[in-house]
Amino acid sequence: MALSSSAPTLPVPQPSVAARPALIKRLYRRIERAIVPLLLLVGWEIFSRSGVLPPALLPAPSQVLVAWADWVFATDGNTQTYSGHWIFDVAASATRVFAGFAISTLLGVSIGMAIGWSRTVERLIEPVLQILRPVPPVSWIPLAIIWFGIANKPAIFLVFLGSFFPILLSTIHGVKTCDRNLLRAGAMTGGTPGKLLRYIVFPAALPSIFSGLRIAVGSAWMLTVTAEMVAVKSGVGYVLWDSYYFLRYDIVIAAMVSIGLLGYLSDLAIKLIAGRVLRWQRGSTLQAKEG
Amino acid sequence: MSLITIQNVTRLFDDPKRKSAVKALDNVSVEVGRNEFLCLLGPSGCGKSTLLNLIAGFDHPTEGTVKVGGHVVTAPGADRGVVFQQPTLMPWLTVWENVAFHLTMQGVGKDIRRKKAQHFIEMVNLKGFENHFPSELSGGMNQRVGIARALLMNPEVILMDEPFGALDEQTKMEMHGELVRIWRESQSTIVFVTHGIDESLALGTHVAVMSARPGRIREMIAIDLPRPRDPTSPQFNDYKRHILSLLRPEPATAEA
Repeated sequence: MALSSSAPTLPVPQPSVAARPALIKRLYRRIERAIVPLLLLVGWEIFSRSGVLPPALLPAPSQVLVAWADWVFATDGNTQTYSGHWIFDVAASATRVFAGFAISTLLGVSIGMAIGWSRTVERLIEPVLQILRPVPPVSWIPLAIIWFGIANKPAIFLVFLGSFFPILLSTIHGVKTCDRNLLRAGAMTGGTPGKLLRYIVFPAALPSIFSGLRIAVGSAWMLTVTAEMVAVKSGVGYVLWDSYYFLRYDIVIAAMVSIGLLGYLSDLAIKLIAGRVLRWQRGSTLQAKEG
Repeated sequence: MSLITIQNVTRLFDDPKRKSAVKALDNVSVEVGRNEFLCLLGPSGCGKSTLLNLIAGFDHPTEGTVKVGGHVVTAPGADRGVVFQQPTLMPWLTVWENVAFHLTMQGVGKDIRRKKAQHFIEMVNLKGFENHFPSELSGGMNQRVGIARALLMNPEVILMDEPFGALDEQTKMEMHGELVRIWRESQSTIVFVTHGIDESLALGTHVAVMSARPGRIREMIAIDLPRPRDPTSPQFNDYKRHILSLLRPEPATAEA
């Protein structure tokens, strides 16, 4: 009785007063992500122009932007041989990332499934992999060069080494944490081991596999750039190192930002694919709520 | 001829902490005829789930044999549909894909799978939820999906392990009514594990009352009550009283 009588006296929302803060709130939400980067850029610009450091050592963002614009669009030719060449450099690096990443995804997922599924395979293969894992991929550069020469191959090899292990480990983890009861249900419906692997274990491991892919794509970019600085004569990493020799720190920074941007975009792409493939997870995880 | 024959089955589990074997089932013999609805009733730890797992083929007897349809059970198979305590659905598959999972395992094409699934989705009253994911449904609805999945295999027997244990009383009663309807419509044989006396009396044509440590069949009772069953009727309560008397005098000795 008390409840029903109190219902009509509930506070009525007042649209005229509430609307303005709501609008400001929405505007704020729009720019929220840009606030800190913008402040950093402004601070950097002011610091560079203040003359504390010689301008050649720390180019201002505006100067980086001019160099970058020419690198991308050939605006005034200030980057000389690189003028208008950005898209080719990016394509060269992206190809290596993609090739190495594809190989390690293929091998990482299939070997990971085998290790996670079969104790025998685990005992046979795992020790070797666990010894190879802590060896930094960069330390393979000398061997990569003498085996593959100076071109795409050593870079792809390095990318493979860097992205293979995160994918492998997350696949193993995904397979091992597959709910045993789902496998029972699968056996009950008449599934053979091969079918259970394909229709239950693999989809069950996918969330874990995707988190491995996201970690791996980061190391993939890292190692492409490393390889290009040492063993390849093209790509964003090569431009970065070459510009350093010519004391063009504005191009160096433009290359760094390019790499950051490309890494961010590839992560975004994987996230989008994951969102599609794992749409069944929507609404059941914390991440879905935040997004 | 009975459909399920359990003959002198004993199941021992090793208990490394006590350095001895625990007798989960002790010389159990049960026969279930075609079209029967057998409820295995007993306190927790009486081996009723163990017995069900033996029929399902998830576990093997230490001694004795379990036969379904004349064949000795060695592994799980599609002739024995299991409805688990938890719905145990593939969370990445929609309702209809879960229901048709058996056909996926057999490599049947999508169109036929979709069509067959629809029939059973309607049978368990889930029309309109075909494309929902399990995470979008309530516990009771998911359990219905599990039942539809088992029914679609057209199994010789449906094994249910406390499938309504996690449901509230009202949903449970509703599900009981539906299960009895489905059992009649599909002419199936059901073995249903429960610890609820009312539940076993509401459902079963037979109730096997079990005792714990070691697990034994105390008494097999044929339930002769008209359906729908009225849990307040005197006859219902006569059965209940009898079962209670079977369960009660059990002393709390855990030595065995």
